[in-house]
Amino acid sequence: MFVPSVTNPIGDFVRDMVPRITEFLPASFQSDTLNSVVAFLVNALICIIAVCAVNIGSAPILIYMERKVCAHVQCRLGPMRLGWHGTLQTIADVIKMLFKEVYAPSGADKLMFYLAPLIVLIAPFIVCALIPFSRDLVVADVSMGIPLIIAVNGFGVLGILLGGWSSNNKYSLLGALRSGAQMISYEISFAMILLFVVMISGSTNLMSITLGQEGTIFDWWIFKIPVLGFIAFILFFISSTAEMNRAPFDIAEAEQELTGGYHTEYNGTPFAMFYLAEYIALITNSALATTCFLGGFLPPCIGIGFVDNYLNMVPGVVWFFAKVYFMIWCYMMVRWTFVRPRVDQLMDFEWKFLLPVNLVLLVAGAAYITIGG
Amino acid sequence: MSEYIILSIFLFLGAFIAAAATVTGLLLGYRTKNTKNKMAPYECGMETIGNARIQFKVGYYLFALLFLVFDIEALFLFPVMMYFKQIVTGQAGLSPAIVIIDLAIFMAILVSGLAYAWKKGILKWE
Repeated sequence: MFVPSVTNPIGDFVRDMVPRITEFLPASFQSDTLNSVVAFLVNALICIIAVCAVNIGSAPILIYMERKVCAHVQCRLGPMRLGWHGTLQTIADVIKMLFKEVYAPSGADKLMFYLAPLIVLIAPFIVCALIPFSRDLVVADVSMGIPLIIAVNGFGVLGILLGGWSSNNKYSLLGALRSGAQMISYEISFAMILLFVVMISGSTNLMSITLGQEGTIFDWWIFKIPVLGFIAFILFFISSTAEMNRAPFDIAEAEQELTGGYHTEYNGTPFAMFYLAEYIALITNSALATTCFLGGFLPPCIGIGFVDNYLNMVPGVVWFFAKVYFMIWCYMMVRWTFVRPRVDQLMDFEWKFLLPVNLVLLVAGAAYITIGG
Repeated sequence: MSEYIILSIFLFLGAFIAAAATVTGLLLGYRTKNTKNKMAPYECGMETIGNARIQFKVGYYLFALLFLVFDIEALFLFPVMMYFKQIVTGQAGLSPAIVIIDLAIFMAILVSGLAYAWKKGILKWE
C-alpha cells in the first residue's frame, strides 16, 4: 500500500510521536501502516493550520497597513477611532461584511456566480503551499515548483472571467475581459522572468533556488548577476503588480470608468473572498520575489564575521517575513505614487516593451553564463 | 508524490474556505424582499437596458491566442534553461554549440512571430 509521508523536521517529530501515542491502543489496532497514515494526516493538519493562519491572519493586517500607508502618503491619519490607532477597524469591517445580504442579480448564472470566488481563492492557496518559509518549513517541496506556480497563477484568471460574465452586468463583463486580457498578457513576462531565474540558478525547485543564494548579501540573485539581476527584479516587480491587478495597473477596477470592475455585482462574503484573494496574492507574489531575488529566508550577511554571527542567530522565518513585508510596502508605495495608464498604453507597454526587453534579458543572461561561467 | 497529495488538499481547502464563507453569508446575512429594482443589475442608477450577454471585441481573443503561443514557448524553454549551466560547461554530455544554435533558431521563430503580429496590427488596441 502506498503510504504518503512528509519530509521535514516537523514531519520527523510527528513520525516519532505517533507510535508512542498509538502504543496505548489495543494490540490489534497497531500497525506501521496505521502509524504512517496517522502521521501524514497530523502533518497535513499542521500544514493547513499554519498556512491558513499565515494567509487569513495576514489579510486584516495588510488591509490595515494599506490604509495607514495610503493615509500617510496623502498626509492623512487613516483609521483612528476603533482601538489603538484604529487597529480594530478591519475586524469591525469583517463583522459588517458577514451580516451583509448575499444575492445574485436577476439574469445572473447562479452556479457560475457563486463558483467564481471559489476558483479565485484556490490559486493563491496552492502557491502559498509551495513557498519555503524557512530552511525546514515548506509545506510541499515539489521539484517542478516554478512551472506549477505559473500554471496555478493562470487558473486565477478563470475565476475573474467567470465572475464578470455570470453577473449579467455590462460593467462586470467589460471589467472581467480587460482584467483577463491584462493578466494573461503580463503572465508571459512573469513566466519569462522566472525562466531567467531558473536559468541562473539551474533549478525549478524553490528550496534549491533559495539555497543557491547562500553566502553574503551579494550572492542574492538580484546582485550576483551584475545589472541583469537588478533589471530582472524590476521587471518582475512590474509584471507581478499587473498580475495582481493592483494600481497603477488596476484598469479593470477603474472606479471612474467601470465602477467596481468584475466584482460590481458581488456583495457580502463572496465579495470579501475576492478581496481576500487579492491580499493573499500580494503575500504570495512578495514571497516569490523574496525567494527568487532577495535570498528567501537567508540572512543579509555582509561578509564581516562578528556581524554575520549576530544576523545568523535570527531564525529564517523572521528574515523571510521581514523581506516579504518590505516587498509589500514597496507594492503599496507604488500603488499610491503612480498614476493609472490607459488600457491601450497598458497593452502596448507589455507587448511592445516588456516582452522584447524580457527576450533580450534572457539572451543576455545566457551570454553571461556562457562567457562568465 | 505525497507533496502533490498535500497540494490537492490545499486545492480543496481554498475552495472550501470560499464556500464556507458564502454559506455563512447566506445564513447570517440581512434579508430584504426581492423587488425588481433591487435585483436589477447595476447600471449608473438608471434603469437597466437589455442583457449583458453581448458580443465583445475580437481583440481579446487574438491576445489570448498570442498568450497561448508565448506561454507554451516559456514552458518549452524551462527544461533547457534548467540544464543550461551544465550544457554550457559540458557536464551534460551535449555539445554546447549545437544547443545554443538550436535555441537561437527557436527564439528566432518566436521573435518573427511577434514581429508578424506587431506588423499585422494585432497589438494595436483601439
